[in-house]
Amino acid sequence: MVDFDDDGPEAVKRFMYLNRKAPYGTIYALETLEKILVAAAFEQDVSVVFVDDGVYQIKKGQNTGGIGMKNFSPTFRALDGYDVEKLYVERESLEARGMSEEDLIVDVEVVSTEQLQDIMAAQDVIMSS
Amino acid sequence: MLHTVNKSPFEKTALASCLRLAKAGSAILLIEDGVYAALQGTKVSDEVAAKMKDLSFYVLGPDVAARGLSDKPLIDGIKSVDYAGFVDLVAEHETSTAWL
Repeated sequence: MVDFDDDGPEAVKRFMYLNRKAPYGTIYALETLEKILVAAAFEQDVSVVFVDDGVYQIKKGQNTGGIGMKNFSPTFRALDGYDVEKLYVERESLEARGMSEEDLIVDVEVVSTEQLQDIMAAQDVIMSS
Repeated sequence: MLHTVNKSPFEKTALASCLRLAKAGSAILLIEDGVYAALQGTKVSDEVAAKMKDLSFYVLGPDVAARGLSDKPLIDGIKSVDYAGFVDLVAEHETSTAWL
């Protein structure tokens, strides 16, 4: 149980959002983005990670006009304005999909699997989707 | 860290990704359709067994029983827990994450 009163308004936790799903086939990606914005609004220490099909969420050039769904990929570029600056992509996931950093809509840190293990180990809370 | 996996390893990559990204010393709890990864003699048995030295594996017994798998041998080293054991695992580890 989280008791915000005990720690006072300054209590900051390290939240990681681990994105593993492609953007439009399911609602996970959009819902996770909403959660990221909530955490950012509460001025938490937020890290956002893209692994597996999650890397497709930040593919450049998405155009959803033909499928009647909102293209939410530009919102990842706005995270910077909410002080969400820690965006990580696993190199293995990117390369497995024939992609590179140039394919991405937003600046990220491309990390190895081992680096990502350490980043995960440093979190207070990990939300996976 | 405790990692839960609730998807069949034959349908989804949740287990593979979990095993790739779990740091040595972590615990893995197989629940729901994730329990299919706990059995001997499957396509993923060797992959799980190979991780046994770095990770501790648990499987939720009621989910095994529900699927009629109680007569199937588990991979050596996987411990079966009940719901109280699930709670203990969550309490023993600083953080938990769910591979969906």
